[in-house]
Amino acid sequence: MNQSADVADRIRQVIREHGHLPVDISTLDDETDLFQAGMTSHASVNLMLGLESAFDVEFPDAMLKRSVFQSVSAIKAALAQLQVAA
Amino acid sequence: MTVAVDRDQAFLAAIRRIAGEVAAPSADDVDRNARFPSETIEALRAEHAMSALIPEEYGGEEISFEAVAAACFELGRRCGASAMVFAMHQIQIASIVRHLNGSAWFEQYLRDVSRDQRLVASVTSEIGTGGDLGKSIAAVTPGAYGQATFEKQAPTVSYGAYADDLLTTLRRAPEAEPGDQVVVLTHREQFNLEQKGTWDPMGMRGTCSPGYTVRAEFPVEQVLPTPFSTVGTESMVPISHILWSHLWLGIATDAFDRARAFVRASAKARPDQLPPTAVRLSQLMSELSLLRAEVSTGLRDFSDASGDRESLTTMAMILRFNNLKIAASEQAPRVCQGAMNVCGIVGYKNDTPFSIGRHLRDTMSACLMVANERIHQTNASLLLIAKDV
Repeated sequence: MNQSADVADRIRQVIREHGHLPVDISTLDDETDLFQAGMTSHASVNLMLGLESAFDVEFPDAMLKRSVFQSVSAIKAALAQLQVAA
Repeated sequence: MTVAVDRDQAFLAAIRRIAGEVAAPSADDVDRNARFPSETIEALRAEHAMSALIPEEYGGEEISFEAVAAACFELGRRCGASAMVFAMHQIQIASIVRHLNGSAWFEQYLRDVSRDQRLVASVTSEIGTGGDLGKSIAAVTPGAYGQATFEKQAPTVSYGAYADDLLTTLRRAPEAEPGDQVVVLTHREQFNLEQKGTWDPMGMRGTCSPGYTVRAEFPVEQVLPTPFSTVGTESMVPISHILWSHLWLGIATDAFDRARAFVRASAKARPDQLPPTAVRLSQLMSELSLLRAEVSTGLRDFSDASGDRESLTTMAMILRFNNLKIAASEQAPRVCQGAMNVCGIVGYKNDTPFSIGRHLRDTMSACLMVANERIHQTNASLLLIAKDV
C-alpha cells in the first residue's frame, strides 16, 4: 500500500516536472485525464522520457500510446506491467 | 466475400467511367476558372458514391476502404481537384462511421447521407493555432434548450460553399483546454459562412477553399461522442494521408502517362532511333515506382491494422502514416516535374495533349496540406521515445 502510494507520488513528481500542465498536479486525482487537463502531445513525449529516466525502464512501442499515459493510475498500471511498481 | 468483391468492382468501374467521361473533359476548365467541379460531384452522387463507406445497415454501399482509395487514384488521374473533394468527403464519412459509438443521431445522419447523397466538408484548421490540428481556439458554447453555438476563424474550408454539412473541430466547452477537442456536425441551415479573402491559388483550384468565419447553432446531439484526440489518431489523420497520397499518385501517374505518350509519338516519327527522351522516361518510371510502393504499402499497413484499431495510436504507427504523407507529397511533384522535363516545351504549354502544368501545380499543394514542416516537428518529438520504427 505504502509502496504503491510512493510510486504514485514519484509519478506525480515526474508529471510536475515534464507534463507542463496548466494546473498543479496535486489538484488532480489519480483518474483525471491528463490530456483533458491540458497536457499537450509534445509534453506527453517529455513525460514518457522523464518516466523512463526516473524509473529506469524502457516502454516498448506497443505501450507508447496516448491511453497508457492518460492518467496517474494508467501510468502506474503501465509501470506495474514493466514490474517496476509490483 | 464474393458479393463484396463484385460490389467493389462495380463501384470502381463506375468511378473510372465518371473520371474519364465527366471529370477529364472539364478538368482544364475547372482549373482555369477555379470553379467547383459540380458535374463530377453530381455524377458521383448519381452513383451513390457519397455513401460508399457507409455500412449497409445505414443504407450505404459498404464499399471497401481499399476500393475507395483506388477511386481516389482513378479520379486523381483525370482531375486532381475532383479527386480531392471526393477524398475529403470520404475522410469525414469514415471518421463518423468509425466513431459514432452508438449515437442515434449520427446513425440517422448516415441514413440521410445515404438517401440524399449529402456532401460533407471539414473545418479543422484555425487561425491562431500555428497549423496544429490538435488544438482549437473556438469552443462549443452551451446555450438554452439543449442548443449550442460556435464561431471559428478558418483559414481555408475546402468546397465549404458547396457542402451540405460541415464537420468542425472545436474545444469541448468554453473552459476546456486547447487539446480537449470534439467534432461537431452541422447542416447548411444551421451554419453561416462569412467568406474572408479570395480564392486564386496556384493549384487544386477546383477545391474552392477560401477562408471563412464559420458560425453555427445546433442541438448538442450533433457533437460526436468520441473525442477528437481518438478520432484524429485512429481515423482522420491516417485515412487522410492514405486517400490524399492515392490521389497524388493518380496525378503523378497521369503526368507520367503524358510523358510516355510524348516519347512514343517521337519514336513513331522516327522508328529506327531510340528518342533521346526515352532514357529520361525510364528514369522517371523508377521515381514513379518509388511513389507507388510507398502509397501501396501505406494502405496495406492500414488494412493490416483494421482488426486492432487502437494499434493505430502507437507512436510507430503515427510515424508510419506521417511518413507516408511526407514522402508522397514530396515525390508526387518530383514525378510531375520529371514528366515536364521529358515533354519539354509542349509539357510546359497549357494547351497540348502533353501539358503537365496543372499536374505540377496541383501536386505542389501536397506539402502544404498540413505542412510537412509541422509533421516533421511531430515526428522529431516522437522519434525521441519510439523504439521500433
